[in-house]
Amino acid sequence: MKGLKEILKHSANYLTGIAAAPGLTIGNAYVFAKEVLQINNSEITEVDEAVTLFHEALEKSQKELRKIFGFAKEKMGEARAAIFEAHLMILDDPVLIGNITERIKKEKKFPEFIVDDEISKYQQLMFGASEHYMKERALDIEDIKNRIIRNLQKKRWQSKIPLEAIVVSGNLTPADTILFIKSSAVGYITDHGGLTSHAAIIARSLNLPAVVGTHNASEKIIDGDLLVIDGFHGIVFINPDEHQIKYFTEKIKHLFEINEELQGLKDKPAETLDGRKINLLANVDVSGEIDLVITKGAKGIGLFRTEQIIEEIGEFPDEEEQVKIYSKLADRIYPESITIRAFDIGGDKVRQFDLQEANPFLGLRGVRLLLENESLFRIQIRAVLRASIHKNVNFMIPMVSTLQEIKKTKLLIDECKAELHNEKIPFDKHLKVGIMIEVPSAAVMSREYAAEVDFLSIGTNDLIQYLMAVDRGNDYVSDLYQEFHPSVIRTLSHIVIEGKKSKVMVSICGEMAADTLAVPLLVGLGLDSLSVSPSAIPSVKRTIRALDYSKAKKLAEECLNLSSEEEIIKTIEKFFKDNLIQRTRNIL
Amino acid sequence: MIETTVKIINKAGLHTRPAATIVKIASKYKSEFFISKDGLHINGKSIIGVMTLAAEMGSELHLSFEGVDEQQMNNEICGYIQGGFDEL
Repeated sequence: MKGLKEILKHSANYLTGIAAAPGLTIGNAYVFAKEVLQINNSEITEVDEAVTLFHEALEKSQKELRKIFGFAKEKMGEARAAIFEAHLMILDDPVLIGNITERIKKEKKFPEFIVDDEISKYQQLMFGASEHYMKERALDIEDIKNRIIRNLQKKRWQSKIPLEAIVVSGNLTPADTILFIKSSAVGYITDHGGLTSHAAIIARSLNLPAVVGTHNASEKIIDGDLLVIDGFHGIVFINPDEHQIKYFTEKIKHLFEINEELQGLKDKPAETLDGRKINLLANVDVSGEIDLVITKGAKGIGLFRTEQIIEEIGEFPDEEEQVKIYSKLADRIYPESITIRAFDIGGDKVRQFDLQEANPFLGLRGVRLLLENESLFRIQIRAVLRASIHKNVNFMIPMVSTLQEIKKTKLLIDECKAELHNEKIPFDKHLKVGIMIEVPSAAVMSREYAAEVDFLSIGTNDLIQYLMAVDRGNDYVSDLYQEFHPSVIRTLSHIVIEGKKSKVMVSICGEMAADTLAVPLLVGLGLDSLSVSPSAIPSVKRTIRALDYSKAKKLAEECLNLSSEEEIIKTIEKFFKDNLIQRTRNIL
Repeated sequence: MIETTVKIINKAGLHTRPAATIVKIASKYKSEFFISKDGLHINGKSIIGVMTLAAEMGSELHLSFEGVDEQQMNNEICGYIQGGFDEL
């Protein structure tokens, strides 16, 4: 079978974007173009009737939005659905409604014209603001405006959304996204947006493929076009030819078979042939992924990235909101446990902090930023403690580089515990606290730092970037980002050995652990647990179950004596071949 | 009439949820309530109005209250904003 690269080389009928949710699907396009409403600005004679009509349209819109609000709460959780509450309030805004009613009476024009004109004024102000989120807010309000106008025209909206279509759109408002869940869309493609856009989040939580940020998919794709979405690589084929269809049909079939086979592993332990048990956990970005975690058979959540909550709801969640989110996850995963990582934010990651730093990656990030913003950190610590009542919650600190940071954080945790104790609020007194090892200084000092905490978790993505002094997003140097560079392997080995001297668990939660090629090496280096994205769990588990720990240890020892990435990769590939271990990743 | 100037102290600024809360608080009172910022003058009882204010951390809002319960209204709203929207 030809590879994807080969196919792409000989094709022109494809678009690329951000791979926002994994999966492969073939289906027909439904191009969701925002209906351009025709606004009638004629004069009217029956003023009272027009005012009544306007109020009826408001009521109808409220009813619709309440329904969406309920559905969203159920699917997405209260915090993310909160945006609809503000929208509902707009439909009840005394000033807005008063002005519109007044103008209908005075100007004697069609209410739809007045509604459009009046609400657009506010949108103009929002579009004029320099803050990026104000533009998003203006787009959200477009949804409300069109809803009222459509109800004034007594039109049904998008009544004929085909079932099981691939939705193609410029961007999707929260209300749109909910609409498509109802028509069982099979995939999403958008022109704009990133990994945290509404479409991406929903797609991931529903396990549907999505490609976002394609720039012009909604122009290039016509309603009914046959599409292939490759959510692994962020590629969309438009009207694929015979060969492409054959290629992807086979791939989907193959993927299905592998999934079936892997599904059989769901309840089997991640244990080597000679009986070494590895704790195989899941990394979770959004709370919606929890179902996937459970169906894929993870032994718990090894990393919950809380900063994604901020991205999703567009603000810092308050204590109650956080307690709700963390408790829900902890309850769902019980009796297994969840490791909640404190907000890992830096000037480049979250817009709320408009820091101007010349080198954000070397700047105020992770625990450094949290300690600078103590009140924010305290809220999160309290929320994590409050969610820990069933003793299955661990707390993890990102970007630690000094001992001082660990000590300060522990002091804060103790203070929060004392507060909760005084307030008679229950929590787990023995909440386990761990640190991420992703800065070289922390890697070197693993033993001493480990002595202060309950566990270490290695974040390979950042560790490799800092170790190799390379930004992997920078095309000029990204080939220096070498997961299998001997310095990386030796550093991992050092962390495991030193961490164990302080008798703590050492785990790894970076992308490296999801690469089946790395699995024998990581197991051989002595890591206790691997935490990977839910979709990678079955293939990692299969690899662990196919190898001998004693042989993996020898492999690790051998690799520790090599001096180039190339030699190390060759040695591991030979290990796979010699031991007849299949690599599932090759098919993707 | 009471006039007060308050500073937004939240990192996230005046985002959607506190905007909604301010309007909810204001709606309980009889007095008139206006907010001015950068030449924009909006009615504090209007959610769509308050949502047009792009108020980042550190920005100042000028509030004015007028009516029978202006004192209590001023106290509650200023308290909410200066207290960091109950989020700090």
